[in-house]
Amino acid sequence: MGRLLRWTALIVVVGAAVGWFVTGPDSLDPARFEGLTGDVARGATVFAAAGCASCHTAPDAGPDADGVALPVLAGGRSFASAFGTFVAPNISSDPDVGIGAWTDGDILTAIMRGVGPDGAHLYPSFPYTAYGRASPQDMLDLVAYLRTLPADATPNQPHQLAFPFNIRRAVGAWKLLYRRDDWTVQGDLTDQQARGRYLSEALAHCGECHTPRNALGGLQPGQWLAGAPNPSGQGRIPNITPGALQWTEGQIAEYLKSGFTPEFDTAGGEMAAVVRNTSRLSDDDRLAIAAYLKVVPPVVNTTP
Amino acid sequence: MSQPMNITALSIGGALIASLALAQGDPLAGAVAARHAHMDLYAFNLGVLGGMAQGAVAYDAGAATAAADNLVALASINQTNYWLPGTESGAVEGSRTKVELWSAMDDLTARQAALVDAAAAMQAGAGTDLVSLQAAMGPLGSACGACHMAYRVPN
Repeated sequence: MGRLLRWTALIVVVGAAVGWFVTGPDSLDPARFEGLTGDVARGATVFAAAGCASCHTAPDAGPDADGVALPVLAGGRSFASAFGTFVAPNISSDPDVGIGAWTDGDILTAIMRGVGPDGAHLYPSFPYTAYGRASPQDMLDLVAYLRTLPADATPNQPHQLAFPFNIRRAVGAWKLLYRRDDWTVQGDLTDQQARGRYLSEALAHCGECHTPRNALGGLQPGQWLAGAPNPSGQGRIPNITPGALQWTEGQIAEYLKSGFTPEFDTAGGEMAAVVRNTSRLSDDDRLAIAAYLKVVPPVVNTTP
Repeated sequence: MSQPMNITALSIGGALIASLALAQGDPLAGAVAARHAHMDLYAFNLGVLGGMAQGAVAYDAGAATAAADNLVALASINQTNYWLPGTESGAVEGSRTKVELWSAMDDLTARQAALVDAAAAMQAGAGTDLVSLQAAMGPLGSACGACHMAYRVPN
């Protein structure tokens, strides 16, 4: 009995140590960024494609808060989910409550690996699983642009998560399951389709809303962009694979530019905010996203 | 039902409901039908401009200006009788208006003015050249989208 107890204790201790080790913070390889410097003007385009302002501007800042020349990323917007309510942090250039005192490495590691400067995991309500696939140059450009934005002293609010989702270390296990460094849509793509894939999968993170999730909050394989319940509770985020979306590439590009559907209804709800971002991209980039959507594996929804 | 059918169905349905509603003296259903019809008229005129903007139809300065004139006229219509209290989503069949609208009528007025401005910019651009027309589509979409984002229940 004593021996069994000792072996059990040993296994538990070793198991906990292994668990602690494998859920440790991820890091970036600095060699990927060697010799590169960030460009503020290019960074503004990356900022638009990545949609930072849509989540990180203040909730009462008004619908055009992300349209002003230098958006104030004061945070505070809340996002309901099956795990509780997440609140976006202040990522203005304020040195106390924002990212003003963070190094470039700190910011890059947060964006691309979901790890804060203190080594704690960030929750994947922040779509670092997408941004992790972005190019080092684009991310450096984004950092350079972020540093030009105004400082704001709005303090950060904690997330409202129930046990066990409030155990940050557990996100390390989630990352082991759901972090991916490769593209979702594989295969031979034309340059235009590949550019669209990069914009959609690495920056615009379309899959975060348009793909259904499993009980652990991971994106369901085989259902990429096939539509999902709206986390706000109302309505449904549509299937935009060729199995459901019949628009031409020109119509998709027009929608991303002006918000007009082929029937001249307009994008409403969260998509209106997305269109405000995609309207700042070039026509070529919007057509690239449209071309990519045409080669996403078609999924036909059998259940609503 | 395919997407283009929706507008037609909505128009026919809206007209039927409106006539029934008015015949039976139901001002609430009539208001909802009228504002849906108003949106259809926006879509109808936007379609002329959008066809040119997307290159599906040859650019015609006269036709584009006429469509833009219509948008300005529509955006300037007095809409008091469209937004009757008690016509929010859930209260009248087919209504997608959030009840919050009635606490924010000043904001609605401001958004209507923004749409007039965007339509006026299209008046200027539509008669100039295709590039100017295309550039004016974005602000129109933003003006329409901003109000929908704030006050329309999602699908």
